[in-house]
Amino acid sequence: MLKQIEGSQAVAETIGLCRPEVICAYPITPQTHIVEGLGALVRKGTITNCEYINVESEFAALSVAIGASAGGARSYTATASQGLLFMAEAVYNASGLGLPIVMTIGNRAIGAPINIWNDHSDSMSMRDSGWIQLYAETNQEAMDLHIQAFRIAEEVGCPVMVCMDGFILTHAYERVDLPRQEQVDAFLPPYEPMQVLDPSDPVSIGAMVGPEAFAEVRYLAHYKQMRALERIPEISAEFRDRFGRDSGGLVHTYKTEDADTIVVALGSVNGTIKDVVDEMRLDGKTIGSLSICSFRPFPLERLREVLSPAKQIIVIEKNLAVGMGGILSANIRMALRGLVQPVTTCIAGLGGRPITKKSLHEMFEKTMADEIEDTHFLDLDWEIIRRELDREKADRRSGPIAENILKDIGKRLEE
Amino acid sequence: MSKPFAITLDTGSSLVNLTGSWRSKRPVFADHMPPCNIACPAGENIQQWLYHAEEGNYHLAWQEIMKHNPLPAIMGRACYHTCEGECNRAKLDETVGIHAVERFLGDLAIDNNWRVKITVPRSGKKVMVIGSGPGGLSAAYHLTLLGHAVTLFEAAPKAGGLMRYGIPRYRLPRKVLNAEVDRIERMGVEFKLNTPVRDIVGVMEDEGFDVVFAAIGAQLPRQIDIPTDDSVHMYDAIHMLRSIELEEEFPDIGDKVVIYGGGNVAVDAARSAVRLGAKEVSIVYRRSRDKMPAHSFEIKEAVEEGVELNCLRVVRKVENGNIQVEQMVLTDTNKPFPTGQMENIKADTLILALGQLVDADCCLSSVPGVGVLQGNVQVDKAMCTGNEKIFAGGDLVPCERTITVAVGHGKKAAHYIDAYLRETEYQPKPKSPTATYEKLNTWYFSDAPKTVQPILNLIRRQSGFEEVLGNLDEDNALFEARRCLSCGNCFECDNCYGACPDNAIDKLGSGKRFKVNYDYCKGCGLCATECPCGAIDIVNETI
Amino acid sequence: MGQEQKVKFYQKGTYTVGNRLLNVKERSVQASMDRSNSLTCGHRACQGCGEALGARYAIDAAMRASRNQVIAVNATGCLEVFTTPYPETSWQMPWLHSLFGNAAAVATGVAAAMRVKGRTEVRTIAQGGDGGTTDIGFGCLSGMFERNDDVLYICYDNEGYMNTGVQRSSATPPTARTATTPVVGPEPGNVFGTGKNMPMLAMAHKIPYVATANVAALHDLEAKVTKAMHIKGARYIHIFVPCPLGWGSKPEETIHVARLAIKCGIFPLFEAEYGKVTSTVPIREQIPVDDYLKIQKRFSHLFKKGREEREKIAAIQAMADENIEYFNLLNKEGGS
Repeated sequence: MLKQIEGSQAVAETIGLCRPEVICAYPITPQTHIVEGLGALVRKGTITNCEYINVESEFAALSVAIGASAGGARSYTATASQGLLFMAEAVYNASGLGLPIVMTIGNRAIGAPINIWNDHSDSMSMRDSGWIQLYAETNQEAMDLHIQAFRIAEEVGCPVMVCMDGFILTHAYERVDLPRQEQVDAFLPPYEPMQVLDPSDPVSIGAMVGPEAFAEVRYLAHYKQMRALERIPEISAEFRDRFGRDSGGLVHTYKTEDADTIVVALGSVNGTIKDVVDEMRLDGKTIGSLSICSFRPFPLERLREVLSPAKQIIVIEKNLAVGMGGILSANIRMALRGLVQPVTTCIAGLGGRPITKKSLHEMFEKTMADEIEDTHFLDLDWEIIRRELDREKADRRSGPIAENILKDIGKRLEE
Repeated sequence: MSKPFAITLDTGSSLVNLTGSWRSKRPVFADHMPPCNIACPAGENIQQWLYHAEEGNYHLAWQEIMKHNPLPAIMGRACYHTCEGECNRAKLDETVGIHAVERFLGDLAIDNNWRVKITVPRSGKKVMVIGSGPGGLSAAYHLTLLGHAVTLFEAAPKAGGLMRYGIPRYRLPRKVLNAEVDRIERMGVEFKLNTPVRDIVGVMEDEGFDVVFAAIGAQLPRQIDIPTDDSVHMYDAIHMLRSIELEEEFPDIGDKVVIYGGGNVAVDAARSAVRLGAKEVSIVYRRSRDKMPAHSFEIKEAVEEGVELNCLRVVRKVENGNIQVEQMVLTDTNKPFPTGQMENIKADTLILALGQLVDADCCLSSVPGVGVLQGNVQVDKAMCTGNEKIFAGGDLVPCERTITVAVGHGKKAAHYIDAYLRETEYQPKPKSPTATYEKLNTWYFSDAPKTVQPILNLIRRQSGFEEVLGNLDEDNALFEARRCLSCGNCFECDNCYGACPDNAIDKLGSGKRFKVNYDYCKGCGLCATECPCGAIDIVNETI
Repeated sequence: MGQEQKVKFYQKGTYTVGNRLLNVKERSVQASMDRSNSLTCGHRACQGCGEALGARYAIDAAMRASRNQVIAVNATGCLEVFTTPYPETSWQMPWLHSLFGNAAAVATGVAAAMRVKGRTEVRTIAQGGDGGTTDIGFGCLSGMFERNDDVLYICYDNEGYMNTGVQRSSATPPTARTATTPVVGPEPGNVFGTGKNMPMLAMAHKIPYVATANVAALHDLEAKVTKAMHIKGARYIHIFVPCPLGWGSKPEETIHVARLAIKCGIFPLFEAEYGKVTSTVPIREQIPVDDYLKIQKRFSHLFKKGREEREKIAAIQAMADENIEYFNLLNKEGGS
């Protein structure tokens, strides 16, 4: 059914179609509309046989989900940013226990300075937590990924984060195709736990494991994700067969077959990138793009396959490994190890700064002309940075950086 | 269920981890000797029979008593219950009324006509027992149980010895005495009444006895010289009690009676005098009240019945219907010392109760090998005299002269006689260490006073020889039995089973107690600390 | 015959674990040969561990009350570590350990799963030490209470972080020596005026049931757990469990120490429903706090020869007296 609705609402309705049994809700921008939507659906009786629990923190939200999942219930929660960090301990715990929880991340920056806008700092902080991480390019894909996420999680025995860009997707009203309940039911069978708390067949879950077996346990977690690497494209293919559209899988490629330059990114920015690719193709540039859907497990082989024919790789990423550069590009380099193509890191869109076609276009051109240093920060206001650095040099107690910068910007506007 | 490796475990799998290896000390279940058992001259396993009684298992309880004492109904009344004097419960609240429960059980046995089974085949040996007091009856009973044929010689017309002729009926009703004597007779003991024995060796030879147990009671009054003008009647207490029993004509004792002496017989005489109609009865005793050998509860009851106590007084002479007494003071060493202060007590009768002697000379002093010293027959630890065929016990031998001691002697002698007859050696059970109060964890016992035996009202008591102390009813008896702390002996309270943090005590089921599972016991010692009755010892592990 | 016995039917072993003289129904769960031994042999608790004891007491009672339909969620801590080191578990029931601070929330999840699965007969218990309850787990616990989730939370209070080597928690009493409140300086040991009264905090949530219990009062403990198991909604039981290692008490005296805490009034036994105290267990034989403190090395600095800290002991006595007065612990009816 086609609908023109907000991304969050679309996700909420899709989650509802997945027949969740326990939903833990705690508000945090920009994810809030999802759990609000779910709350309304449960109250209205649209979602049946579901416990909707208003908890007191994100830590509790995921903890409740852990208990529910171990109790054999299909469990869901959503969070973002600080919330994800606040539940960090439980994030690792859920995956360590192999509980197939699905969690939406409405991607948002992490403070300080506090910032409610989109980037990928939050989910990137949990990239090695043992969760599968799927990044949605569009609202339609965000919806579809949730359906697939439950399937993957429950099959593999591993929790899944579906990452969708805050505001850009969560708050965007777009036309989406909402699946029918029968379609989802046919694709997603009821949850059959691999382990469950049951008085009639008791087990102890969550033992303390020492050096004698810990590495093996970790390897097995790794093995699980390697298995997921196989299942994710298969499930995506099955999804295509049933729902008639491409969603999910490991990566999406765009005009990469003959591309000398391939731009790699996660999430919604791929839409903008594709537009720029089209523009540059018109100029005769052999450029293409690649959107990674499955960041964890990371599809090293698939990426190498797509990227190795290109001469140059540009990675646009909405996060910053402070003191190092790009996280995604470091992973890409891993995929290309032994090969010689340069991989240029471009840090963009931090804290919700718009990534414009113009800026990307310029950046790609310059990179192709070898006029850009690695690591590049897109649209950085160097004047402001210089002023602040000068101030700091002059006066050790030069005041709070963010405030100073805002003052500088204000002054500039007056001028 | 496909369980994730290492994270998810099968229940109870820690049983493979034998934590017993941590242990440096180990708990060991023990049966320690309760102080009551130690104090019982008859060697009753009091704790054990109370254990049965508190379950309402009265027959088993009675049978347990009968292993040591054939006269529970009598002893429950007339024994001065030294057991209760040692009862650990006294330190908590009040002593357990052991005698009352024993009496309840004894009476129940009489009412139900319970009998003792003899399981040992006849030995063909014949034993002669002289005296049918508690010592003689006990020996006869135990020897019969041990398979021997017993003939009991009694000089008096009825069996019972001083139990009959020394203890007044209000303390020991005769139907009770008769019933318990009767039970022994029905076991096959031959009673020869009105048959004093003069020539032991002769009777033995004539009637073919293999061995003799002599248990003659102390029936001769100790005499002293009191100058008298015969203005006051003077009698011996023991004769008075005997006459009452035989319902012989007893001279009128008048209204004012003085008893001289402070023992139980003195008190019995005083209380009998009250019952014979005397208006003023007083006891004169040379030391202070707390030094009176009579049991304090007897004294208390006597005082309640109107008997006056004149302590720290010595009788000097009898003159003009007066008894002249001299006041005494106690020295630093608690000895009475004359003050020279004289008083007169008006009296119709003076009853002397200054102790009894045993007539050892009557039949034993002439027997070859038997040694008599200061009126006592000398015996070894086997109750055997210098003559290997002649054993003696009770008042005859040097001891505290109580019926319970005599019962104990009878039992002990029976075992040694049995060994002699079978040419074996009798090995008494080694004594376990005493279960002292300090070994108990009394928190688990709550306070509850001793059930007071209903006491007949004073008026009834003063006017006849009806039994003074009533019996416990079943509720009270059960209650009383359940007050036993079970010192030193497991009573299956499950504390060890419950208090072990390592589940290392196995419960074996009702009556089977517990077992330490040393595979898991870490030796913390909680079981021993929390054992209410101190029946678990902690001993060092030896490696 | 005879006058009425004006005492209760107190007898041998009135307060013992079992008592063969009682009806089977009146005996404690721990006395039973078929108790579930939810926590079985082979666990790695220290000798004389009060928590191992308390946990078995409570969970066995819960198992009995629910016909073995119990799932337990365990916070990180001694109880978790000594019962489930790979490859062995001592639990004989469904059991889940997630994290230190989230037991209450995880239990909420389990209870929700049972409800949604229609397994209404299954009851959920969360359990943890005082650290996992009063400190790091307090947020989740308060949330569980506030939502009135159908969870029984049991805190085994040994007054400190024992698993990590005896550090102070908000349940550590004043003057107690811990690794983070050493006996040095002008205020040796834990300071006065700090700490949380967790049962009272639980009561403030007006949940259906709050109770305190003690390993030295087994019958009371079992009765409270049993009662709690038959109530729906959020329930809290706070069980006092001495730690020989952390307290410097003798392993064989674990129950004794716990008992003295009752007798001196420092650990009141009570029940509360919807925020109101509904019953208390009177003290049977009152003792001064000295008797309780003296047998624990963590308080030994109060009793140095010639330098007894009488003022501090008096301040602790005042705490006990306050309990006694508040809960009316000296009334003569009953007693444990």
